[in-house]
Amino acid sequence: MQTKLAATALSRRTLIATGLTAAGGFTLGVALPEGAQAQTVNIASPETLSPREINAWLVIEPDSSVVVRLAHSEMGQGTLTALVMMAAEELGCDWSKVRYEYASANRNLKEKGVYKSQRTVGSAGVRTSVAFMQQAGASARERLVAAAAKRWGVASAACGCGDGRVTHMETGRTLDFGALCVDAAKITLEKEPATKSPVDYKLLGKWTPRLDTAPKLDGSAQFGIDAKVPGMVYAAVISAPEWGAKLASVDESPTKGMRGVITVVKLDDAVAVVADRYWRAKAALAKLEPVWAPGPNATVDSAQLNKAYLDALDGPLSSGRKAGDIAAGLAAPGVKLIEATYEVPYLAHAPMEPMNCTVQLQPNRVDVWIGSQSPPDVLAMAAKESGVAAENVYVHNQFVGGGFGRRSTHDELVHAIAVAKVVGKPVKLIWSREQDIRRDRYRPQAAVKFKAAMDTEGRCTALDTKVACGSLFHSLAAPIGTPRAPTDKLQEPMAVEVLAGHAYKIPNLSVALALKNAHVPVAFWRSVGASQNTFFLESFIDELAHAAGQDPYKFRRAMLDRPDYLGVLDTMAEKGDWGKPLPPGRGRGMAIVDTYGTVTGQVAEVTVSKDGELKVDRVVAVVDCYHAANPNTIYQQIEGGIVFGLTAALYGEITIDKGGPVESNFDTYPLLRMNEVPKIEIHMPLSGGPRWGGIGEPSVAPVAPAICNAIFAATGKRVRRLPLKNFDLKSA
Amino acid sequence: MITITVNGKQRKLDVEDDAPLLWVLREELGLTGTKFGCGAGLCGACTVHVDGKAQRTCILPVKAVDGKAITTIEGLSPAAKHPVQQAWLIEDVPQCGYCQSGQIMAAASFLKTHPNPTDEEIDAGVTNLCRCGTYPRIKKAIHRAAALAAGKKA
Repeated sequence: MQTKLAATALSRRTLIATGLTAAGGFTLGVALPEGAQAQTVNIASPETLSPREINAWLVIEPDSSVVVRLAHSEMGQGTLTALVMMAAEELGCDWSKVRYEYASANRNLKEKGVYKSQRTVGSAGVRTSVAFMQQAGASARERLVAAAAKRWGVASAACGCGDGRVTHMETGRTLDFGALCVDAAKITLEKEPATKSPVDYKLLGKWTPRLDTAPKLDGSAQFGIDAKVPGMVYAAVISAPEWGAKLASVDESPTKGMRGVITVVKLDDAVAVVADRYWRAKAALAKLEPVWAPGPNATVDSAQLNKAYLDALDGPLSSGRKAGDIAAGLAAPGVKLIEATYEVPYLAHAPMEPMNCTVQLQPNRVDVWIGSQSPPDVLAMAAKESGVAAENVYVHNQFVGGGFGRRSTHDELVHAIAVAKVVGKPVKLIWSREQDIRRDRYRPQAAVKFKAAMDTEGRCTALDTKVACGSLFHSLAAPIGTPRAPTDKLQEPMAVEVLAGHAYKIPNLSVALALKNAHVPVAFWRSVGASQNTFFLESFIDELAHAAGQDPYKFRRAMLDRPDYLGVLDTMAEKGDWGKPLPPGRGRGMAIVDTYGTVTGQVAEVTVSKDGELKVDRVVAVVDCYHAANPNTIYQQIEGGIVFGLTAALYGEITIDKGGPVESNFDTYPLLRMNEVPKIEIHMPLSGGPRWGGIGEPSVAPVAPAICNAIFAATGKRVRRLPLKNFDLKSA
Repeated sequence: MITITVNGKQRKLDVEDDAPLLWVLREELGLTGTKFGCGAGLCGACTVHVDGKAQRTCILPVKAVDGKAITTIEGLSPAAKHPVQQAWLIEDVPQCGYCQSGQIMAAASFLKTHPNPTDEEIDAGVTNLCRCGTYPRIKKAIHRAAALAAGKKA
């Protein structure tokens, strides 16, 4: 079914794309916009407001093209296209004439949150924006209609709107949006129009090509690292090997006389070299041998940390969830007790674009060019570091070359401003890959101890969960290099998410938490607490099923009653060939989770050779996010999330030695390559209803447990510690 | 003085012999479509063609390409009509897009020696990293590009 909106925009490329899109029965809604050829993303100017701005979100140009302002950053997840679709759904514009720009963080500050949060976190872009982006489009449409009606001297109700123009029904007269926008911008509506409900959508829900693909095919897409500012110089930086160490001294003489080198800048715990070209700065930095004064953490290593997290499980804990009577449940007569302890290491984000930014300091103005998930935080941080009022900071956000949680905090911006203060010129500061991995803020290390009671019928009647995990809030609030003390009293839902929020019907439950921070900085990492806690819980549920001699699918099913969960679980079993025999050495495992508002489950198939070589053959992913704004980008996020989760399960590990990280580049912190990607199949049984689920993160969470459960099915070996590269899968 | 031909234009460069080609392209010539990913030849974000063949440039000294012809993503084809770019558009491959210049250049070079590749040949021949995990679509797009190129010749 083609929509009316699409009908006028059909092009040869639409037909090509339609022929290809056999994906899950989604209709291709719209053509590729011709006008969007190689459009990079610019920032709306907060200083020159367009008279054709119909509201803060929408500008209509004289040629009837529509510029949609984006409060969320595009970092690959497809939000850009989905947000434009939301506005266009109501506006009735010509899809071939839609364009986009980022909303200004400076304006958001001055106009007290006109663009709401502007933080691209928590898989929340689509689900939190849908209401107000639709409203912005509907409001603009009504005002365009009112402007046309006024010009014709007719009632608004006598006019229709679509394809970028308003039509007077009776006479067939039309006016393009472009001819109406200035008038429409001045109209105040008596009341805001109602917006469509999902059943009436013509555009949302259709498989829609991304608006940002073309500029990503010819080199024209601008990322933070591509910023060009007249007169800028370049800086390379290296931080102390250990968090908490300080720069004691550095002999600058090796850089003297090197071509292009401008200066060496000594920072508290780092050294930067500034030059007229980045490679010259980097080459000069490599000549330096900074002397570091060790800090209080100089002898910390992973063995100590592993022990400390395990020990914390037996220490004081605060309660995360309680139901029934856990002590009585575990002590009930006739129950079988099952215990297991699981562990995961620190993980780096490793976005393909290393952290970087460009800053220009002027006496009463700061400009920052950066790819950020959180422009308001860049603005606040730049104000703090520069001493310039926040109102005079301008953040030029760019396409984000991978975020995954890393680009919500910008330690490189602190470096850049410190360097710019010294050199008095615009500075582009780029972290090397080694600096990027070694000075990341990691996914926390964590350990969990489960104790479950199984009754004689093979039902789980009590589940006791003890968690030791780093606090993200505390770590992010503490300055780098300061000891990050344990913070037992701080409540932090991410540390127990999934463990405390699962839907299994178990009468006696306890989830208790030790928030334990080492000196190693930790932060949000794609799917956050769900990334480790789903591995813990869904692996242990598999253990319980096998202990009870039950099929893991049926065991789960008996503990669930939510229709969305059951829909996903049953689809997993059906599409994942659950129960069908596999040859020796192969196995199938499953995991399911409700996270970021979305129920997602996966069935993994693996092959383990006698030599212990593991191959993940197939992952069947089932996702119920209730509504699908753009199935095209949802499929991308599911595929990408599986690759991300698989990378972590197989290889992901930051080890600590002498207080700092050991890994530093893709040789020691490997990412999955194409030859290791399993066959991925995607199914989306959507429940609809009032809830909208997130999609950027959920698919990461079930990967590790689905694979490890498949390994158990294939080999009888239970993996309780990631990554798998450290686990011996050889047959006895 | 080093002379290279970049996207058909001869460029004389006053740079050190050991300047990595990546940074010469980005900072001397303003061609920022080629990306910095690892600085160690591990990820392929910096892939361009040297005399028609894919090369990682972040550790490639510019002296090593003296007198040679370089093609970057900006010069792969006029108006982004190379079969690989067309296939990438049809399959809607990119997510964040940062690695895609390198992926496209690697794929275009690979297809010259493997005009009709199998999945296994693609796995072995295209080894660039993508943190977003666009690999399934890259593989589809390489097959599609092969078909588009074959159709053109026919």
